[in-house]
Amino acid sequence: MLLVQAPIEDTIELDHSIFLLKVHSPEITSIIKPGQFLNIRITDKPYPLLRRPFSACDVDGEHLMLMFNVMGEGTSILAHKPKGAPVDILGPLGNGFNLEDDYDTAVVVGGGMGAAPFPFLQRVLKGKKEILTFIGGRTHKDIITYGMENLQTATDNGSEGLKGNVIDLLNEKLDLLKSKKIKIFACGPAPMFKALKVFCNEHKFNCEVSTECAMACGFGLCQGCPIESAKDEGKYHLVCKDGPVFNINDVVI
Amino acid sequence: MSKVDLSVKIGSLEIKNPVMLASGTVGYGNEISEFTDLNKLGGIVTKSLSLKPRKGNPPQRIVETPAGMLNAIGLANVGVEAFIKDKIPFLKQYNVPLICNIAASTVEEYVECVKILKDEEVIAAFEINVSCPNVKEGGLIFGNDVKSVARITELVRAETSKPIIMKLSPNVSNISDFAKVAQDGGADAVSAINTLVGTAFNIYTRKPKIHNITGGLSGPAIKPVALAKVLEISRNVDIPIIGIGGIMDWKDVVEFIIAGASAIQIGTLNFIDPSASGKIIKQLEDYCAKMGIDKLSDLTASYNLD
Repeated sequence: MLLVQAPIEDTIELDHSIFLLKVHSPEITSIIKPGQFLNIRITDKPYPLLRRPFSACDVDGEHLMLMFNVMGEGTSILAHKPKGAPVDILGPLGNGFNLEDDYDTAVVVGGGMGAAPFPFLQRVLKGKKEILTFIGGRTHKDIITYGMENLQTATDNGSEGLKGNVIDLLNEKLDLLKSKKIKIFACGPAPMFKALKVFCNEHKFNCEVSTECAMACGFGLCQGCPIESAKDEGKYHLVCKDGPVFNINDVVI
Repeated sequence: MSKVDLSVKIGSLEIKNPVMLASGTVGYGNEISEFTDLNKLGGIVTKSLSLKPRKGNPPQRIVETPAGMLNAIGLANVGVEAFIKDKIPFLKQYNVPLICNIAASTVEEYVECVKILKDEEVIAAFEINVSCPNVKEGGLIFGNDVKSVARITELVRAETSKPIIMKLSPNVSNISDFAKVAQDGGADAVSAINTLVGTAFNIYTRKPKIHNITGGLSGPAIKPVALAKVLEISRNVDIPIIGIGGIMDWKDVVEFIIAGASAIQIGTLNFIDPSASGKIIKQLEDYCAKMGIDKLSDLTASYNLD
């Protein structure tokens, strides 16, 4: 866990207000793992006050990439910072995905901006595991293709790929998934997680999900980001410290 | 440059500088120790401890507001027994005054908590939280009632000779009435302010943005309120005041001290810059040297209201 000032190398507008921010930070890139996150201080002014958490989207040598959708004041300021400007980063935070499990094929499932952590995961697994990627969104505008291997897509309105959601897509490819020794890595909105949990339990697929919750500090000080334990009744985990990655059956989603 | 004396006295508690870390913003010290040398601090105040562990409120517990944040954590904590067993061993390795913040839902529970903790050598003082706005019973119900604050102060005072700091709520008309009963009940100091009750709505769902409906507002948005409360207490009671509320840098610290505080606590800032306190201590020293102030404590309540 470090506090660094990382200069901006490039800001790429991927599409439809989705940005890829590339910063130079050898301190962070030498230790960060897929599924971990960074908490970014947008400004030293009193507004926006709190840091904003972002997944590590990709790591290329000494370069760290963050992907985000411009949603409000904070992300808007970040998207318009000039090249060379320092970004105040606290991280790496959280636990990250467990890539060491017993599987041959990594099945990546992303909904909307939930695709953000997967370019990094795929870069690390490339050449070691087979990778199948399933990305869903409301329309073709929400489909993130950056850094995705063997990509198949689904959209609610049918403007790209299968008409339906990403779980419909997984169901369509069920025979393929069942023919392989898979582990699912997923990130997306709550309804996707709920449907995915049913799907995984029905077919006994091992699945890790990257969760999110509003938080202030990102490392356990504020206790602001509880997620209910599915195994230990009456107990909360903290998304920032115990997660953000959990086995899909360990948390109530 | 001559060495500036930053030490201050909070009743019988002598601390090397006025910068403490506020309850609920540093857990039990372990996480923030990666960014701040705890040994350099004037003190560290634990997350509120209750007799039994508390799970806390369901999410969403936090929302950002203009220049501030609302929180309704619900006093999630490990409880006094697990604190002694699991948290004190870590804190023992540091030479920093450890102040235990106590929260309770009955008057007896405050006393019981202090009774269990008072013989722990590492605990330098108790801060009694009679002002948490985020739990149904206890907390603010006591903090809004002068008689309850008086009674809790007296009973806790009778239980321990260690310094007692009563943490006061700003959600009252005259905070100095509460400071007075704390003083009369034998408290060594008061800390002010706890958070202000606030809320925020999602305009599309019409639902509150936090699960508890209301939360405690903190951050720079509350600093002017906190300063006014500290000033009010300072003009009405004699015991030391620990100023809290929206401190973002060393200049804010100086402002609190001028308004009447002997020491201060950094809260929300720890979430944003967990290394801030160390820098602030150094900058306070620079300010004093520049202003020709030999003893920082001379600055307390040095306001000029003419």
